[in-house]
This record gives sequence, C-alpha cells and structure tokens, in this order.
Amino acid sequence: MQVKRTPKTYDVCIIGSGAAGGTAAKVLTEGGLSVALLEAGPPIVPERDYKEHVWPYDLPHRGVGVGGRARHGFDNEFLAPNGAWEIEGEPYVSAQGSKFRWFRSRIVGGRTNHWGRIALRMAPVDFKVRSHDGMGDDWPISYEDVAPYYDKVESYIGVFGSKENIPSAPDGIFLPPPKPRCTETIIKKSCDKLSILCIPSRLAILTEPHNGRPACHYCAQCGRGCITASNFSSSQVMIPPAEKTGRLTMITGAMARELVVGKDGKVAAVSYIDKATKEERRLHARAFIVAASACESARLLLNSKSTLFPDGLANSSGVVGRNLMDTVGSDAGGFFPQLERMPPHNHDGVGGMHMYLPWWKFDRKNDFLRGYHTEFGGGRGLPGVGDYDELCDEFEGYGLTLKRECKKKYGTYIGFAGRGEMIPNENCYCEIDPAVVDQWGIPVLRFHWKWSDNEIRMAKDMQETYRSIVETSGGVFIPSTKEDAAHPHGIADGGVIIHEVGTVRMGERSGTSALNQYCQAHDVKNLFVSDGACFVTNADKNPTLTIMALTWRASDYLLDQAKKGNLGA
Amino acid sequence: MAISRRDILKSLTMTAVSGSVLRVIPLEAAEYAHRMVKAEKAAAETRTYSPKFFSAHAYKTLQSLCNAIIPPDDDAKGAVEAGAPEFIDLLTSENKDYQLALGGGLMWLDNTCIGRNEKPYLDCTVEQQKEILDLIAYRKNAKKDPSLGQGIEFFSFLRKLTADGFFTSEIGIDYLGYVGNTYLQDFPGCPPVPE
Repeated sequence: MQVKRTPKTYDVCIIGSGAAGGTAAKVLTEGGLSVALLEAGPPIVPERDYKEHVWPYDLPHRGVGVGGRARHGFDNEFLAPNGAWEIEGEPYVSAQGSKFRWFRSRIVGGRTNHWGRIALRMAPVDFKVRSHDGMGDDWPISYEDVAPYYDKVESYIGVFGSKENIPSAPDGIFLPPPKPRCTETIIKKSCDKLSILCIPSRLAILTEPHNGRPACHYCAQCGRGCITASNFSSSQVMIPPAEKTGRLTMITGAMARELVVGKDGKVAAVSYIDKATKEERRLHARAFIVAASACESARLLLNSKSTLFPDGLANSSGVVGRNLMDTVGSDAGGFFPQLERMPPHNHDGVGGMHMYLPWWKFDRKNDFLRGYHTEFGGGRGLPGVGDYDELCDEFEGYGLTLKRECKKKYGTYIGFAGRGEMIPNENCYCEIDPAVVDQWGIPVLRFHWKWSDNEIRMAKDMQETYRSIVETSGGVFIPSTKEDAAHPHGIADGGVIIHEVGTVRMGERSGTSALNQYCQAHDVKNLFVSDGACFVTNADKNPTLTIMALTWRASDYLLDQAKKGNLGA
Repeated sequence: MAISRRDILKSLTMTAVSGSVLRVIPLEAAEYAHRMVKAEKAAAETRTYSPKFFSAHAYKTLQSLCNAIIPPDDDAKGAVEAGAPEFIDLLTSENKDYQLALGGGLMWLDNTCIGRNEKPYLDCTVEQQKEILDLIAYRKNAKKDPSLGQGIEFFSFLRKLTADGFFTSEIGIDYLGYVGNTYLQDFPGCPPVPE
C-alpha cells in the first residue's frame, strides 16, 4: 500500500484539538511557527451542530434519540455533537474485574465542547503532595511556576469567580460571578451554619463581554454548545485566533496511528489514517505535541514501537499508561419542601453552578488523605425525559393525583456531586490490548482499575457531609442511588467523572517519569505531551484549566527553543 | 430581501469569533431565529398521526392508558393532547425492548381483562377499567396476587414514558411553570424564598 507523504515539513504538528491542542495551536502560531493540527473527528459548525434553545418538543424524540437510547444516558440529542461513551468501530477493553468507562469526543475542540466549564486552579499544596503527606509524588514544578500561566489563560478565556483567599482554592483573575439561584441560597445558608465553605463557583463563562465575545445570556445550556461563544470551548476560542494567523493547517478526520522516529532518535513524522479515504498518510514536522487526551496519548506512544524504542516512544521509564487517575466521584441529593412554595421564576442562569463548596477541611486531620470539592445543582430547570422516573416509582398510582404531585415536586430537588483527589496506585493503568484492534487497525487500550481504601473513605465522608447539609436546611436526604457492593458509598466507576490524567507523567528524573517540567519527553527532545497525561497528581480541581496553563507554558518553552535554533532543520 | 434563519445564525457565529458589527444585536437576532424555527416546524406538522409500531387497536388502548395516567383538568390538558402516545409509539418502533415491554404489556392487559370481564380493556366499563388499573398501579398488590406482577411492571414503565411525553411537551412545561430557555441581559437571582 502506498503511503502519501504531505510535501511540507511543518514547524510543529499537534495531535488533538481540545484544551491542550487548541491552546498550543494559538500560542505557537501567534509566536510565528507553522502548525499542522490533526483532529480525529470532523469540524464543528455551530449554526448546524448546536441545539441551543431547542425545546424538547421541537424534536420528535424529545431529546433521547432513536429508540430512547439516551433516556438515562449522558449523550442526549441536545449535547454538543460527537461526544460519547461508545464510538462505533473504536472500542476499548476493560480487564477482567476492572470497570472503566472512557468518554471521548471526536470533533474539533474535543471534550471542551462537552465539559462543565469548571475552571479551578490547583493549590500550592497540590503540587507538593509527597512532601505534605508522604503519598504519591511531588510535581517537578510549584504553584509559582504555573501561576503566571493560570493568569494568562484566565485573562484570555474569561472565568468568573470571586476573591476568597482560601488556601485550598487559589484566587484567579475573575469576571464578576452571577447572582445565586434559590437552590444556592438555601445551601449557602446551611453551609454557613455548619462552617462549610460555600463560595461563588469559577466557570469559564463570560458574565461580561470579553475579548470580542459577548456576555452569557443565561439559558443554562452550555453543554449544547454556545452559538454566541460566551463560554469556553477550544473550537470557538483557541482555534479561531490560530486560524487568523494564516499559519495553522487544520486536518480533520485524521486518526493518528503512530509516531515515526528517524535515525537521529527524534520524531520525524506522524502516520495517520485519513478517515474519509481510509488512506495512510504521513505528515512531517520538526516538533510534535501529543494532545489527544490522557489515555489516547498514552495509546499513541505505546503503539509507536521501533528498534530504538521497543517499549513504545518516550517510555524507557515504563511509566507510559501507568498512574492512571480519575476523580473520586460520589453523588447524593435532597428534597427541599421550602422549594415547593417558590413562585414560577427564571432559574436557568449559566450552564452550571453559580456556587460551589471548595475543600474546607484542609486545616485538620481527616479519615483520609487529600480533599474534595462539591458541585451542586437542581431546582426549576428545563424539564427533560427521565426527570420523573424516581417520582413515578415512589408515588405510583395514576390520574390527577399523580399529575398534581409532579407539579408540586417540580424544582424541589438539589443534587450534590463530590469530586475528590485520587492517589495513583499500581492497579490503575492502561495498556495495549494484545488482541483487539479498532476499525483502522490500531491496537486498542485495555484498562485496569481498582479504587484504594483512601478513595472509599473519602466517598463516605462526601455522603455524610451531604446528609448534614440537607438535614440542616430542613430537607430530606436522598443517599447515592448507585451504592452497592461494587460501589461503596456510591463511588463512581473509574473514568466516569471524565478526568483521566497521569498516563505520561512529568517528573525530575527520567527513570520514574516520561516528561520534564515543560511536557518535553526525556527520551525524545522534539516530542511533547501536554494534555492531562502529563499530570503527576489529580488534585480535586477539574483538570482543564491546568491542562491549558501547562500547555501554554510548554508552548512558550518550545517557542524559546525554536528561537534558539534548537528545533532543527 | 428576507433575512433567513441561516443568515441570522451565521451572523451570530461570526459575532462570536470575529466581533462583527452585528455584535449589538445578538439577543434580538437569536430570539428572531428561534421564532423562525418554531414557525417552520408548525408549518411542517400534520394533524393526523398513524402509529409506526402499534396496531390500531393497541394504539387506542395506549391512548386510553396515557389519558388515565395524566388526564386533563382545569389547569392543563392531558398526556394525549400533549402528544405522549405519538412519542411512545415512535420510540417503541425503534426499540425491541420497548416492543416487548409495551406491545406484550398491552396484550397482557387485554388478556387479563378478558379473563376477568370477558372483554378487552377498551370494551370494559369505566368501573372495570378503574378496577384493573388500581391493581396494576401499585407494586404492593403483587404481594397479594403474584399474577399481577407483569402488569405492574408494564404499567410502571408506561407511567414513566407517559410522564416523559407529557412533561417535555409545551403543555406539560407550561403546566409545571418552567420559566426560561430565553435570552437575559442579566440573571436576576432568587426571588424571596417563602418562609
């Protein structure tokens, strides 16, 4: 079979167009480099693809898709396109006894089209965990190294929040936060009584016009994609300025198969499949940034074997695929009778919480190491399919009593989602499955997963906390519905919170890490991995903001190397 | 020249990425676009619906059950007017599990009614219909009479789908008092919470 070679050699080839890839594309093209950006999915066209402001009754399936497919799932018809738990023709495998779920977005902008826009900085202590409690490893960098890049990212993308001076939740450069909803005023009051911190949340949504993008119009539908680009997605905020430079070449429908190494031990090209024609192509560049998402990036490196790198590229340490982490997740809820008496009013707000609970027990000894933050929401939202499942099961019956009960209970529930730090362990990793390939012939990942006791104790604490918050405000606590033998205290399966990180981690020493502090491979100087794979730990902060800050930092370093002539010919 | 929905949406997108002169009107433009979507849809709608999966008889029974689960009252019309039967038929036509649960469930209901009253459900008197529904509407009844188990499962599922169909309709959303899915310049926050 003939392999088509792209004639041009680019300065940099970026693989993946999400939080990391988009950021790198912006910084590098604006810095004067020519960039080829490979994305495995199609382009996104907001006017065609977004379902913003569509009512459920505007769609024959009311949002649940053919056959009611998404009746209880995440991938409903309203969601921005091409984000899914399963992709036809591109499977993955869970090892026996392990359960891991992998959410992938095959589209320009990747998972930034689908994320919750929660933009939290890691705290100083989060970078130095081993020094603090003896578990896991310290990062090779400190908060002070990353802080200027948090500043840059926040200033550019726009994040709302408030200055609070809380050690576990560093302040950033914030737009003003939106006013709290009723549900949030109730929880805030309860938290005040319990001395639990409850503060305005920090989301990448514009409460004021910012860098040419209009302010949010408060429809609560960020997850559908925003036609006015008032929230952050890489596709609408990072890619456009890169395109404007004229130095970006976007190649969509390009599934990376392998990084090809030259005789000098540097990456010479990426071999990819053009999904439309099923042709094998090769694209040459002087440097490569792998930003395909933590597990996809590890997969690409592990699949890039050569005589120089028999265990996969940048893997002389053997850590590629190891130290896989997700976030500890446990959910609960409450029924709040006082909300029954609320008059109809617009409760939408931004597409996410206006307030949240940062980690507040950092000043004492707990039953577990590390911490968690809490997201919460509920109230008088746009009704959707499945909303009345629980009520129907509990109340039963039929007729006017059922109809009126549904109306009475509408908007009276608040859900809590604990999101905590997992400590990496040797039982959680991904590797290449020895037998299975995807439809492109690329060997797929096999996941291994087991929570340790620390995470389970943390989930227990979450449930206890939410019970006390609900009961303090006169509500009725509803424990996690997911609790069973495999899910003690409702702890979610690995991958479910969609915060996978750690699989190509950075570190000071090449024996125990794959990358240096600039996301540059110890073994291969023109190779960078700047998505969540580079994380050393997975603090209770949602990883996206840190991914962008670390990528911006790595890109500045790469630009500096280019200026010094270290990119090569 | 009439401005099309596509033009409006495109102008919004351009506003977003390049800051065009249209920046001052995104709210009005977006609202206008939304109204046009609705008008297009209304024009395309037909009055009669022919079921995709259920037989004429089964569909009539389904309609009757939907009406019993969420009937009209002075405050709002019911599940049938809200299009729940059409929604349920569409999903069922595409889902084999639903075909078994609902298609089979309706036959279970008729068969049970014939056994009790010598008539399928629709031909039963209002009192007889209420009698059987009162039995299959509550799980606890299966403890006394295990032969009701399948009927209870069926009704439990149909109740959820009927609620789905009703509460995601314009009628149902209005009945709940949801206010939103709109364009606000500022979010007003919470009105006073009654003590």
